[in-house]
Amino acid sequence: MAEINEIDRIVESLSPNEIKILPFLKEHNLIKITEKSGLDNTSTLRALEFLSNKKIVELKTKQEKMIELGINGILYTKHNLPERRLANLVCEKNSISLKEAQRQSGLNENEFKAAIGVLKKKALINVLNENLVIAGSKEEITSKTLEERFLETLPKKLEDLKPEERYAFNNLKSRKEIIELNDKKTIEIGLTKLGERLISHDFSSLKGMIEPVTPSIIQSGSWKGKKFRRYDLKSQVPRIFGGKRHFVNQATDYAKKIWLEMGFKEMTGNLTVSGFWNFDTLFSPQDHPSREMQDTFFIKNKTAKLPDKTLVEEVKKAHEGKIKGSKGWQYEWKEDDAKKVLLRTHTTCLSAQTLKKIADNKEFPAKYFALGKVFRNETVDWSHAFDFNMTEGIVIDENANFRQLLGYLTEFFKKMGYEKIRIKPTYYPFTEPSLEIDIYHPVHKKWLELGGAGMFRPEVTIPFFGKHIPVLAWGPGFDRIIMEFYEIKDLREMYANDLNKSREMRIWNR
Amino acid sequence: MATFTLDRKELEKHIGKITPNMIEKISMMGTPVEDFNEETISVDITPNRPDFLSMQGFIRGVQSFLGKKPGLKEYKVEKPEKNYSVTIDKSVKRVRPFIACAIVKNLRFTDEKIKEIIDIQEKLHTGYGRNRKKMAIGIYPLEAITLPIKYYAEKPEEIKFQPLEFPREINGRQILSQHPTGREYGHLLQDAEIFPIFEDAKGEILSMPPIINSHKTGKIDENTKEVFIEVSGFNLEFQKKAINMIVTALADMGGKVYAMEIFESGKKELSPNLEPEKMHFSIENVNKVIGINLNEKEIKENLEKMGLGYGKEKNQCFALIPSYRTDILHEVDIIEDIAIAYGYENLVPEIPKISTIGEENAISIRKRKIAEILIGLGLIEISTYHLSTKEKQFKNIGVKEFLDETIEVIDSKTENNILRASLLANSIAVLSENLDSAYPQKIFELGRIFFNDNKSETGIGEKEKLCVSLCHEKANFTEIKQVLDYLAKMLNLKYEIEEFSHPSFIEGRCGEIIINNQSAGFLGEIHPFVLKNNKIMMPVSSLELDINQLFQ
Repeated sequence: MAEINEIDRIVESLSPNEIKILPFLKEHNLIKITEKSGLDNTSTLRALEFLSNKKIVELKTKQEKMIELGINGILYTKHNLPERRLANLVCEKNSISLKEAQRQSGLNENEFKAAIGVLKKKALINVLNENLVIAGSKEEITSKTLEERFLETLPKKLEDLKPEERYAFNNLKSRKEIIELNDKKTIEIGLTKLGERLISHDFSSLKGMIEPVTPSIIQSGSWKGKKFRRYDLKSQVPRIFGGKRHFVNQATDYAKKIWLEMGFKEMTGNLTVSGFWNFDTLFSPQDHPSREMQDTFFIKNKTAKLPDKTLVEEVKKAHEGKIKGSKGWQYEWKEDDAKKVLLRTHTTCLSAQTLKKIADNKEFPAKYFALGKVFRNETVDWSHAFDFNMTEGIVIDENANFRQLLGYLTEFFKKMGYEKIRIKPTYYPFTEPSLEIDIYHPVHKKWLELGGAGMFRPEVTIPFFGKHIPVLAWGPGFDRIIMEFYEIKDLREMYANDLNKSREMRIWNR
Repeated sequence: MATFTLDRKELEKHIGKITPNMIEKISMMGTPVEDFNEETISVDITPNRPDFLSMQGFIRGVQSFLGKKPGLKEYKVEKPEKNYSVTIDKSVKRVRPFIACAIVKNLRFTDEKIKEIIDIQEKLHTGYGRNRKKMAIGIYPLEAITLPIKYYAEKPEEIKFQPLEFPREINGRQILSQHPTGREYGHLLQDAEIFPIFEDAKGEILSMPPIINSHKTGKIDENTKEVFIEVSGFNLEFQKKAINMIVTALADMGGKVYAMEIFESGKKELSPNLEPEKMHFSIENVNKVIGINLNEKEIKENLEKMGLGYGKEKNQCFALIPSYRTDILHEVDIIEDIAIAYGYENLVPEIPKISTIGEENAISIRKRKIAEILIGLGLIEISTYHLSTKEKQFKNIGVKEFLDETIEVIDSKTENNILRASLLANSIAVLSENLDSAYPQKIFELGRIFFNDNKSETGIGEKEKLCVSLCHEKANFTEIKQVLDYLAKMLNLKYEIEEFSHPSFIEGRCGEIIINNQSAGFLGEIHPFVLKNNKIMMPVSSLELDINQLFQ
């Protein structure tokens, strides 16, 4: 009983095309099945695939050399081979001049010559005094040649050729595009036991089964009392792709959300800034190596305006060691270097600009963040890019301390998916104490330095506030943080914009 | 950041067997271990600790940090013997004004040790000395020179001596053009009319700083037992620190340090000075900044772990800073040393309960909204570099006049040497790089472009733009206008289109987008000439819009 149900289920799931080819499966030959079922090649193949999914047929693909008709071959099977056309003409006339023969046969120069060659070789005609004459008997001439018979049997597998067919094949293959030899995938179609049983099944009961549900079926109610064909739920469907944000931006949006949830306000600003904001306000001495070409993109032929005199004067004092309690860098600070224009090397210049704003409003405690592009003049490799994102933050609070800095960073990285980070001492000209954040890259098996954090030095804060206010500050690189999630092994892939990859890429789901 | 590779066995003689635990500890001293094997160990040295760039300096640091030899290490300077002096002539004022110097005796050099010393010298030259610009170090065998020494400047043509590892005597100018070191550092003297030289009592030239020593009097070898060391440059404080770093390293090798008298304009000064420096600090500030609660004894212990001394006078505490430390500019630098000694790994992270209100920037919100709308239309966002090439930005999209629009960066290490002037160029480039990807290709980008603007602080203006490009068999003007239309509808905006001419677009199928009577961008069908140029075999229609104009 159960078995009968099983057969019924299968029968009900057969598509019209599958049913169409079922009776011809015994042919075991794709071309014949296509021919007899009246379907096109693709539909036959898909139907076969569905049948194979249902274990009704067994498909085996085989790579074979197939002999097929070439362009001229197709033409000649309709209008006869040149030698046939010429032979018929000579046979009819018994004798004909070369010139007349070419004209009446309608062959071109090449075809004509080839035809004479073939017929002479077969000893069917002779050339006498510029005339073509019959050489053999009329029966001999009018009966089909080996080549003609061979062409009628095409397409054919190379390995199946009989000796006389091989002879014809060799003759034809040297002639222009009559036949061609192609690598073909052929499919061997075998019936399974289930298939054997189904092949003799009466499908008339399926007449009237509902295929696609159409508006008219719904409206007319014609579905009532009818069966819906079962669909093959497991078969592959054509793929579709949706619109999506760039994967880095998906992650930056999430990171921004983390800072917003922790009560941070967003800072934005220009990507091109003066040395004053990028370096001088951050107590980077003017002969600091990072200010030289190798790390910074300086802009040609531009000179920046400096902000109000008081701040410039205070910054100068900090550098020169004229702030109380600090030795400074002990050199003569010059405006020229501060006026150089550059692509920001860190988002910390936004923090400096924000300190100025806060100092003017006296509004703190305050917390700010930024997530944006920074630039380094570096040669590019898997872990170095010249254009990447940084996630910046500052907390301005009389009671801020170093442990709190660890607190904010630990929390952020936990939310970014890093339970374990390494925090170690390091050095920046503008922070003290300073720290470096490392994450472990499991593919490269290396600690990756993400960049740093620390508390702004008094030489940074005093020029803004007139006194030292503790400021926690951080600016780890962002792109390296998300490499692992997206399984990116090389930072150069970040902005390669390979649309195939973009479409396939998983979405940020933290 | 400099990578310093040390001999592992030599290091182990002083600090004991190196275990994984110790590797971790060394990293937590602020000198991360980059690599280690049976023979060597490589550490990163940050620019604030040039004193770690010698084996001796590094060992000294690790020994105190691991508690093996904590506290301030004192160094004795012997009084100058007869003729232990250098006279500075005022002629050097304009060319290389300052020197610091010392004599070290009782040395036992091996080939290894000589290599080590040259290595320290080179490392200090590169980083701390800013490639000899700020300061340069010279070391001479005392046996080969006759004291006292004179430091003065002379016309380069008059300076004649055989430079180190050179076959013959040449003059100062020739050294800059013929000697390899002269060619490398010649730019430091290029513009000078007179060059500085050290000369001994017999009139032998010892060296021409910061370029090269004399082959006769300026080459140390295995027989050298006593040396004269000088540091010349432009910042006396820096030079003093440099000489201290070298002589303390030599003292750690067993050398005996002697002072020299420096005479200048009738004044006399002794050099070197290895006395520690006193800096006051408050325990309250230490605890407040780090967020811990250490008592005086613990503070003292932690200072000693960093090789600093501790003292108290008139109820105020002070730290004694070793003479070779260059990085203690302020009380906060002492505080950081205490934090490092306490161990960053021992600090418990804490989030304070201060109440602030988060706020996203308006432009970020706008960009996000636009992205949401376009994603709804099935578009894929791309993100491209802000740096580009003239080829990509202009020529490839048919723009011939671009000189006024280019903003160039200096000495880029990649081919990208201009700031992008439009997003359109990048979007065409992306389509061109995606010829193998399935069509339709519908992309957009939100990002910054740059233009010359004399009114801005930097002379460069920046704008947030949106660019959309549609590329498939049936892409056309109607479709791109539909995108604009939908976007405008969603943002409740009215716009108008005026005829526009743009070299990337087909004339008559390119329009200017007008919002509130102001130009906000353009849209149209990309000219087949541009497409062919970029090997794109499908029609493309694009728009570029100023985002700020969408939200007025």
